[in-house]
Amino acid sequence: MEMTSRTKKFTYYRRKATNVIMLSSSFFSAIITIIPLFLVFYYTVREGLRYLNIDFFTKLPTPIGEPGGGMVNAIVGTLILIGIGGGIGIPVGMLSGIYLSEFGKNKFGTLVRFLADVLSGIPSIVVGVVAYTLVVLPMKHFSALAGGVALAILMIPTITRTTEEMINLVPHSYREAALALGIPKWKTILFIVLKTAWKGIATGVLLGLARAAGETAPLLFTALGNRFWSTNIFRPIASLTVFIYEYSKAPFKDWNEQAWTAALVLIMLISIVSLVFRLITRSKY
Amino acid sequence: MEIVNDKGSLAKNQEYLNGSNGKKTSPFLKKILGKKNLGDVIFERLTLLFAVLVFLLVLFMGWEMYSNSLLSINKFGWKFLITTTWDPYSETFGALPMIFGTIVSSLLALIIAVPLGLSVAVFLSELAPAWLEKPFSFLTELLAAIPSVIYGLWGIFVLVPWLRNVVEPFLQKEFPNSPLFQGAPYGYDMLAAGVILSIMVLPIISSISRDVIKSVPDTLREAAYALGATKWEVTKIVFSNARSGILGAIILGFGRALGETMAVVMVIGNRPQITASILNPATTIAGTLANEFSEATSDLYLSAIIELGLILFVITIIINIFARLLVWGTERKWK
Repeated sequence: MEMTSRTKKFTYYRRKATNVIMLSSSFFSAIITIIPLFLVFYYTVREGLRYLNIDFFTKLPTPIGEPGGGMVNAIVGTLILIGIGGGIGIPVGMLSGIYLSEFGKNKFGTLVRFLADVLSGIPSIVVGVVAYTLVVLPMKHFSALAGGVALAILMIPTITRTTEEMINLVPHSYREAALALGIPKWKTILFIVLKTAWKGIATGVLLGLARAAGETAPLLFTALGNRFWSTNIFRPIASLTVFIYEYSKAPFKDWNEQAWTAALVLIMLISIVSLVFRLITRSKY
Repeated sequence: MEIVNDKGSLAKNQEYLNGSNGKKTSPFLKKILGKKNLGDVIFERLTLLFAVLVFLLVLFMGWEMYSNSLLSINKFGWKFLITTTWDPYSETFGALPMIFGTIVSSLLALIIAVPLGLSVAVFLSELAPAWLEKPFSFLTELLAAIPSVIYGLWGIFVLVPWLRNVVEPFLQKEFPNSPLFQGAPYGYDMLAAGVILSIMVLPIISSISRDVIKSVPDTLREAAYALGATKWEVTKIVFSNARSGILGAIILGFGRALGETMAVVMVIGNRPQITASILNPATTIAGTLANEFSEATSDLYLSAIIELGLILFVITIIINIFARLLVWGTERKWK
């Protein structure tokens, strides 16, 4: 009798101990996980601040060996690339998202939904290869357009799925009220449903744009990169990410330092855009 | 429907009732539309067109790469997958070292990221109070938002020196005979790629498995608590019910690691070789694409590189289809 009660007690404490050990280790894992985040931010800010000055935003890169210079062409180039990508990707993504939520409750809709998810898992460099065969090969030279096409393909799944999910959140009674007033379905969707859901959709679009701004791999052999000023979309164009890649590999110390600054500017660019968007979408409430 | 009409003619009213915008609908259109509004039909067709476009895009990508790598496919056939030489000068191309490097670096990443990521998921879904969960979720998602080239930059100047000076000498001292840790510790090697990949796939694993775990109904937890289970025991029960979805999350993370390019190409050393030691440089499919694509001079060289892209595409498509089915299945089970 005594033995069993002792074993029971032992089991009880063992269970308690396991509980505490496992739960606290999961807490510590959570801490460990975010350490790299702080390390990356810390180094980017510390190293990046060194070259962060007006020149960086106003001057072109200097020839090898000459100190100074900036990356104004890369900043503009990144914006142009996102612009082309968004110009193609946003309409395609939003319209297919509208289809999925309003008309896509069938087998084909499920298939498209599934493929959009699968598409978002395809490596960006593979998308770059496709943009290369699609645009660069027929045109016979690298171009900003090819880079934009690659970024558009990368944005589409995010925008499609967010649009769909956000439209699904709009209460059904809104649609019913509009339809009951005799408004055609397409007007109901465009002017009532989309208007209600636009904040969510804007967030999704922004997420897609921000992700595209950080892409490097698909640009390496589409937009290529350019050390000179160019805004021609049929010519190679510079981008911050490709500059970061090339400057980090280079054996020159000031190039390495400029790579950090470019990284800092890229992070700032992404956060400013998302902050502005968040403020705009919030103030309308 | 009654139209209030003070002075207008009855004919105008009739016209309004007949067509949608005051125009008379032709009998031909009427036949197609039935009772539908013309705008509705155009709108539905338009959105359908774009949905079809998304559908075709995936097929088109595969076809585009297949047709552009035919040269290499015809020349090397299936031997492309098992040949270990990659030599642009003699135009002998084999993908095995790249496939090896891709899979091993991704598995290394999973070894580190799976235990951590799942613990984070458990922490976020079962343990953390709401005020802690929100910022933590936000931070882990921020981890996923950092561009991979910035991870690569950080890898070159922070992680690689640390591995070279601290971790790798330590590993060689502790396990002098292990085949895994032979060779000079340069820092630019398979280990560096695995570590940096683990940081990048962790947010995917943790956020998807968190969602899957959260979709397990509370009644299950309440039943377990009622029987006197401790929090950890409850978590185990929840876990076993979310098993297949969590497996899906891990496979999705694996898929992401396979295709990750920039961070890997910047730290892995880029040498097409197969060695047992994780302290040796290696290369991946994505890395070779990034390094050699714009330098490919001959048609065969270019075609072989595009075939590498095709291989990566096929592998990631299969992995993603499988993983998505698992995740979708688990989340739907409880709805």
